[in-house]
Amino acid sequence: MFNLLKARIHHGYQAIPDPLNAAIHPSFPGLPTILRACKEDFCSASSLCPTGAIGDNSLDLGKCVFCGECTRSFPATFAFNPNFRMASSRRESLIIRWDTQSNTCTAPAVEVNAALKKLCIRSFALRNVSAGGCNACELELGASSNVNFDMGRYGIEVVASPRHADALILTGPVSKNMEQALVKTWEAIPEPRVLILCGACAISGGSFVNSDAIGRDWLQTMQPALYIPGCPAHPLSIIHGLMSLLGRVK
Amino acid sequence: MKEKAQYVYPFLYVLPAILDITDFLNGIRNLCLAGYFPLCFFGTERRELLCAMAMAAKEPILLRCLFPQDTQYQSLSMEFPAFHLFERELWEEFGIIPLGHPWLKPVRFPRDCRQSMEQYPFFSSESSALHEVGVGPVHAGVIEPGHFRFICHGERIEHLEIQLGYQHRGIMNLLSRGDIRQKMPLAESIAGDTAIGHGLAYCSAIESLCNVSVPTALQTVRLIALELERIAMHLADLSALAGDIAYLSGQNFFAALRTAIINSSLAICGSRFGKRWLKPGGINYGLSKEQNSLLRSTLEEAGRQIERCTRAMFADAGVLNRFDSTGSVSKKAALELNFSGVTAKASGLAIDARCDFPLSGYANFSPLCLDSGDVFARASIRAKEIEQSLDMIAHMLSTLPPVSAKDSVSLPPPMPDKLCIAITEGWRGRIVHVVKTDSEGGTEFYRVIDPSLHNWFALALAVRNEGISDFPLCNKSFDLSYCGTDL
Repeated sequence: MFNLLKARIHHGYQAIPDPLNAAIHPSFPGLPTILRACKEDFCSASSLCPTGAIGDNSLDLGKCVFCGECTRSFPATFAFNPNFRMASSRRESLIIRWDTQSNTCTAPAVEVNAALKKLCIRSFALRNVSAGGCNACELELGASSNVNFDMGRYGIEVVASPRHADALILTGPVSKNMEQALVKTWEAIPEPRVLILCGACAISGGSFVNSDAIGRDWLQTMQPALYIPGCPAHPLSIIHGLMSLLGRVK
Repeated sequence: MKEKAQYVYPFLYVLPAILDITDFLNGIRNLCLAGYFPLCFFGTERRELLCAMAMAAKEPILLRCLFPQDTQYQSLSMEFPAFHLFERELWEEFGIIPLGHPWLKPVRFPRDCRQSMEQYPFFSSESSALHEVGVGPVHAGVIEPGHFRFICHGERIEHLEIQLGYQHRGIMNLLSRGDIRQKMPLAESIAGDTAIGHGLAYCSAIESLCNVSVPTALQTVRLIALELERIAMHLADLSALAGDIAYLSGQNFFAALRTAIINSSLAICGSRFGKRWLKPGGINYGLSKEQNSLLRSTLEEAGRQIERCTRAMFADAGVLNRFDSTGSVSKKAALELNFSGVTAKASGLAIDARCDFPLSGYANFSPLCLDSGDVFARASIRAKEIEQSLDMIAHMLSTLPPVSAKDSVSLPPPMPDKLCIAITEGWRGRIVHVVKTDSEGGTEFYRVIDPSLHNWFALALAVRNEGISDFPLCNKSFDLSYCGTDL
């Protein structure tokens, strides 16, 4: 009993006071910025990039696995900032581009989902399907509900049954062997329902996009409501993305 | 005291001579009888069979033969059950039939295999006293997919069959395409919760094939990363075990402690899972003097709290009541079925790659062991290994000079026609990577054996005669990887 009390006292209060505005360690590679247009750097970096995320003066956050090869080799062109706010409600806006007019680069943004804002303001239930995920995104989604990040405080929780869910949050590149179970789980969620893609694999196939064991045909026909980049997506990115979608980030 | 290792690690081979299939199988049998166990046994696109047999502190022995002409041979599994999954893989991938195999069923349903997921041949029972329960592939929590089929008598489990393959992503194919030196992100995703364990096995294999060795200080940083991963995941398991028995204090204490540990990984390399920390040839992120002392003080503080929490948890009668004698696995089963990691050590089998096939940098490591083979033993081993790893890291950090990532070595193209076997002890157990280069230094094949491949069978054995309500607790006590098995 005394041991338990001692442990409890030292445990203290662990919840991050405000996950939407939390400070994250400066070494965290979050939202990237393109620092300059440099054809040679982009060309060389695109051959280093393991997932083909680097294009013509652009960097696709939906493909990026945050390995850091580009910024380590070309720090004058690529920078990753300790900013976890990376989610987007549109696939195109995940592609960070250099704008030659203003000499700045674009950033992703989440548009508030009006229907969800009305329906799910106090409770938002997620059903996770891992389809070929490596268990990193799954652990981070799990950690979003833990004692530190505690997204339950906002009424957001992962539920056991699709019947209880408002949204399906997909992790993993969708293995062929899991495609049918994914579709069935989606169909078991009552309408209105939204699809959320968590992590580079779910968004673009990530490192597995060229594998013949991946089956993304069904996913290609869907209109996801939210994309959360990362490899894996950080719990703060997940919480910020979800809250933005619900219109609860000021 | 174990015999000291007498070889240079990792193991590099030119392929041995092709044996006759009879000599090949007899060779394996004789080695099994002499106490060797199989590290790997698989077929290749050249229609050859390769098998590596190992024993602690000895260089593994490689055997090779052509596929049998009549595409069948007498199964090894009846005599040596350690081969049962390897033979299933061989049958699934190449249609070679091990005659007399007791459990010849698909493993992971790769593309073009002749098996269909919908028609998995589950064992079934005709008895009207028994019923079947199917769970998955989609589970109730945030976990990976897999299907569990229970045959129950009332609440009691008579038999559990585990069908996996849902996570199959073709990772071994992807690893063998293109420049082998650029596959780190893929190696880290074999099992994302074992990014360092698999990543280090990959790095060791590639460095060996490229004939370079990593400076000692950098290697020490990599071992620190590996032990940090072990501490973090054991904490995650203690948290989940506590959660499964509604010991909510423990669930929250250990989850918060895991956060502290993985955030210290993030502070060094930017990833809570240690992704991008290592690279073939060394590391991407070094350890300055300040980072060293910060890590030491973080771990010291965490160590004190971990000790308080484990002392409280393992003194709680409610906890002990649920852990004790639940889900037992015998030492005999662990030995025969090639289990490793916590699964084996909790059943009295003192095997650990850190002493049996030590990477450079491990000195005088001896594995922790318990005999009871139950949930209690697996939970206690995790708690004790956390303490052991904390001590190891503290020791390594205390003598480590500032380390710069710049000291990493660059990699020449890999040597042609070599085969490398790299072994690391991940937090789940023995990780084996087997890589073969072709005559131009390209990759002929890349084979991965995650400890979960063998250890899943331990779960099936553990739940026999347990109440079905104890399944989650038993499952968590092993915490095996779906994606590591499905690849």
